[in-house]
Amino acid sequence: MAKAQAKAFVEFQRVQKSYDGEVLVVKDLNLTIPRGEFLTLLGPSGSGKTTCLMMLAGFETATHGDIMLDGVSINNIPPHKRGIGMVFQNYALFPHMTVAENLAFPLEVRKIPKSEREATVKRALEMVQMGQFGGRRPAQLSGGQQQRVALARALVFEAELVLMDEPLGALDKQLREHMQFEIKRIANNLGITVVYVTHDQTEALTMSDRVAVFDDGRIQQLAPPDELYESPQNSFVAQFIGENNTLEGVVKEIANGVALVQLDGGGLIDCNPVNVSKTGERTKVSIRPERVEFNKGRLQPGAHTLTAEVLEFIYMGDIFRTRLRVAGNNDFIVKTRNAPDQVRLEPGAQIEIGWLPSDCRALDA
Amino acid sequence: MSYTDDNGPMMTVDGKPLKRSLAIALRRQKIRALLLISPLLIFVLITFLFPIASMLFRSVENDIVSEILPKTVVALSDWDAQSGELPGEIVYSAFAGDIQRAAKAKDHTRVGLRLNYEKSGMASLFKKTARKAKKWDLEADTPFKNKLIETHKGWADIAVWQTLKTHSSRYTSGYFLNSIDMRKTVSGPEFQPEDRQILVTLFKRTLIISLVITISCILLGYPVAWLLANLPMRQANLLMILVLLPFWTSLLVRTSAWKVMLQQQGVINDLLVALGMIEETGRLALINNQLGTVIAMTHILLPFMILPMYSVMQSIPPTYLRAAKSLGATNWTAFWRVYFPQSVPGIGAGSILVFILSIGYYITPEIVGGNKGVFISNRIAYHIFQSMNWGLAAALGTILLVAVLTLYWAYDKIVGIDNVKLGG
Repeated sequence: MAKAQAKAFVEFQRVQKSYDGEVLVVKDLNLTIPRGEFLTLLGPSGSGKTTCLMMLAGFETATHGDIMLDGVSINNIPPHKRGIGMVFQNYALFPHMTVAENLAFPLEVRKIPKSEREATVKRALEMVQMGQFGGRRPAQLSGGQQQRVALARALVFEAELVLMDEPLGALDKQLREHMQFEIKRIANNLGITVVYVTHDQTEALTMSDRVAVFDDGRIQQLAPPDELYESPQNSFVAQFIGENNTLEGVVKEIANGVALVQLDGGGLIDCNPVNVSKTGERTKVSIRPERVEFNKGRLQPGAHTLTAEVLEFIYMGDIFRTRLRVAGNNDFIVKTRNAPDQVRLEPGAQIEIGWLPSDCRALDA
Repeated sequence: MSYTDDNGPMMTVDGKPLKRSLAIALRRQKIRALLLISPLLIFVLITFLFPIASMLFRSVENDIVSEILPKTVVALSDWDAQSGELPGEIVYSAFAGDIQRAAKAKDHTRVGLRLNYEKSGMASLFKKTARKAKKWDLEADTPFKNKLIETHKGWADIAVWQTLKTHSSRYTSGYFLNSIDMRKTVSGPEFQPEDRQILVTLFKRTLIISLVITISCILLGYPVAWLLANLPMRQANLLMILVLLPFWTSLLVRTSAWKVMLQQQGVINDLLVALGMIEETGRLALINNQLGTVIAMTHILLPFMILPMYSVMQSIPPTYLRAAKSLGATNWTAFWRVYFPQSVPGIGAGSILVFILSIGYYITPEIVGGNKGVFISNRIAYHIFQSMNWGLAAALGTILLVAVLTLYWAYDKIVGIDNVKLGG
């Protein structure tokens, strides 16, 4: 984690936020963002992620704690003096100005001479491949084009930190995927620091260097995407990121890094004890659907297995999705790749399923 | 199977033209829609369009003279009004016949009154002449030239005959000329004498005071509309009630209340004297002048300005201001460069509404305006209820209507009526 140890560019120090003096929307936030990082704040609505972004931008004040930018506390600096670029959810392009005027606006208020302004605007528009659209009004552009202009406007005054508040929410799926790539490419080229807010986990996983998963005003886990998906630290993260099967039970025994869990619906399984420490503790066991194995030959010898009944088989093209009843859970999903030798399970069939103990994580109940 | 001829119109599967088929299919809908709006349509036709059309017509209509004095009008057509000589016996005898018949039918006062608008003294001239004319014997009492001049020396005045001839045509531009302080004479239009010039001044005053009222409404209403659009729901609702409260109060009550507030012995003056800000002898004249009209009408028309502004402002998302600030604009720059331009359609809509309402306002200027603060509409009312010169009232009304339409047209050209929003 060389990046995390680098000098902090943005830092939240024990930040708390309350709107009404009764409920904390953000509870004791500590977050360090190094220069050049693409950090995503991911979480369900009401989890406090947008509030954090707004505090950083200066539109909300922190009730407690300090927000530092490049080593200086910015708590008392008004938004227009922070020099932070921002892309809004609905782009917030000024409808009464042309695209070029929109881009020139931040330069104009910085009193940059006209000739220089024009050249800078032209460069910024070309960067987002919108060179010939300078004379248009925002209303004459498509959603994707507006998105590009909004991005260019946030970057045109050479902000080192750019905040993005669900910028791709209004686009259709294909365009969204394309823009994800585009934003990532531009951010890398310019070497800017990006704080990106989204509730779309795919977006978070594909774009970010690190993802902070928010829930209930706290960061539940802060990790690179692969770590987040493969090693969720608690049941919320396991549930929120990707698809997840949950089995509830009680820890029978912990030894040699393996926890033996007695499931409520019957059956004993070996798990990786991530969030449990003592015998008798209740736990939620999490297994990713693609890590479930029903081909006995591929299981480790001596591994615990469970019996399952096939309830439904769904053909999805590239994958098969099979719904099972496992230990009383009727929504246990197994995903298998559509390979030539893949078995298609018939509903009603009784099968044996298993997994590697390391893929089966015993988390907090 | 093909639904079209190669070069003919589109056909249905049965070979009927598609257009006709569509028209039949939509006819029922159209008839039903028409039936639904017909009560309102009829109501508007009877109470609005018809009176306006009749008013427009009345402003040029002038058949009293030619109807009541038909023979005189014919006889006068051969007389050269600018010759400086009185008309001949033919005219006088034709007039004697006409006036006798008019006197018996009691029509002489109408024509007298009509001509009195153009030249004072005509009403009494007709009244006196008619009284005597009833006893004349049309066969024996010739020549009527002497007889009439004997009856009233006005008939020897060439101007009387000129007036009669000038206003004998069935249609006249006379009322419109009067509206702009001119009059019709035998030698063409000319200005009214100084002491009768009042209407142009009134038109100018109406426009200027309406403009002042509109500007006051913008200045007072803009912050209120902004607050309405930006306060939290509960406070905004309370404020909205305060804005609408005067709306629900009778116009007469509000205007009278201003009378109580503004008069020299009124609340405001008393307060200022009590506070020692003005002397007892130096009480301010706040009412019965233009200031009174401006104050009272600004208050009365303010909701018409606030409501359109509010609905436009409400549709401006707060993110625009945030975006501007994040781009480095100060609060003022963000407001002036980003928020204000987007709120202009609301100002436009409110201004049209307030301006058009105020140039036609009548009650308030009548009560608080005194002599100096009355509008053209008060003059129209005067001509309708008191002088009974409906033709002139109609002409004034027509000019006002045309002025409003012209303003509307100009506004459409400059700002574009599409940019006027009354709702989000």
